[in-house]
Amino acid sequence: MTKQQANWSPYDNNGGTCVAIAGTDYCVIAADTRMSSGYNILTRDYSKIIQLVDTSVLASSGFQADVRALQKVLAAKHLQYQYQHNKQMSCPAMAQLLSNTLYYKRFFPYYAFNVLGGLDREGKGCVFTYDAVGSYERVGYSSQGSGSTLITPFLDNQLKSPGPLLLPARDAVTPLSESEAIDLVKTCFASATERDIYTGDKLEILILNASGTRVEYMELRKD
Amino acid sequence: MGGSYGSTLRYKSVERLKPVGKHSLIGASGEISDFQEIMRYLDDLILSDNMWDDGNSLGPKEVHNYLTRVMYNRRNKFNPLWNSLVLGGVKNGQKYLGTVSMIGVHYEDNHVATGFGNHLARPLLRDEWRENLTFEEGVILLEKCMRVLLYRDRSAVNKLQIAKITEEGVTISPPYSLKTFWNFSAFENPTHGAEGSW
Repeated sequence: MTKQQANWSPYDNNGGTCVAIAGTDYCVIAADTRMSSGYNILTRDYSKIIQLVDTSVLASSGFQADVRALQKVLAAKHLQYQYQHNKQMSCPAMAQLLSNTLYYKRFFPYYAFNVLGGLDREGKGCVFTYDAVGSYERVGYSSQGSGSTLITPFLDNQLKSPGPLLLPARDAVTPLSESEAIDLVKTCFASATERDIYTGDKLEILILNASGTRVEYMELRKD
Repeated sequence: MGGSYGSTLRYKSVERLKPVGKHSLIGASGEISDFQEIMRYLDDLILSDNMWDDGNSLGPKEVHNYLTRVMYNRRNKFNPLWNSLVLGGVKNGQKYLGTVSMIGVHYEDNHVATGFGNHLARPLLRDEWRENLTFEEGVILLEKCMRVLLYRDRSAVNKLQIAKITEEGVTISPPYSLKTFWNFSAFENPTHGAEGSW
């Protein structure tokens, strides 16, 4: 009979799914607003998206406390960058910063699954996808989180990504129009919500383009 | 108002609701000594806030954020404060209600709960909460939740306090008990049919 000991995990998975799609002159970043713990729904209205810069939007799912801490660290680093360089960070620069920030905690990771979306210095859509310790890649579209296994194959089929080994290198951004991309994202989430218990309640979509940032919402199933 | 020690009901008059500053109220569940430590942190926080003497005061949103950072930073050092906290308040007409767990998971909502309340009370609140509930209606709804918890959570005691926060300030009721009904036919002869069944 061993002594009863309190045991706790510093991590929890609060669920949720994030998606981003890059277009020729826009970027769509979306995430659901459900926050769960085990079989409980904690709240139906928690945003996983943060706009760090005019041209960079971060969507992260996973352990909410780590996600929030990560968002604050990046926002603080960006403020310092602005003081030091007298300009805002570009999306690729923010992408590198996020990678470095995640790797900094390589041996006690931020349990956050990130998708960074935005516009590069040429105004083209860009999406960067990460693992929990900062490994990243620029892609034309990505999905992370609890519904990613359901959404990624669908996006692969619909967006016909060119093979990464093709020469000359072909653009990964989709030729779809902004409204077609938004509809695609809505379809992704409606489907993921059906089969993933951690995805649902409401969908928050941020659309970045030359005119600025726009937000759209869509109700999802609450069961 | 119960404070258990494992399966022993050790303390029967623990005040788990405390005012914080002028605008907020904290409710805690879990390790009482850690809650007392948190109250010391909050007393220091409010003191520093008052020492500015500039007419400003920390609102519930700020206190909740402070608590979140404290809980998260302790979790980062692998030495958590073993509490689930509820933080509510009103400032400048804006109402606020949030919660934070021992590992720093936090959110705000129209209704929050700790522990078994998440399983038993939140569903009732999701069904019956509406914007513009009067205070009296709110009390009835909360008492309904507390009664269910009394019936079904074995660490619950029939002694509770209800607090009200308005622009004018915080008031915490004296302890009182709920009326309960134990004569449901299902409670009579509870072992009926148990023999031979699983």
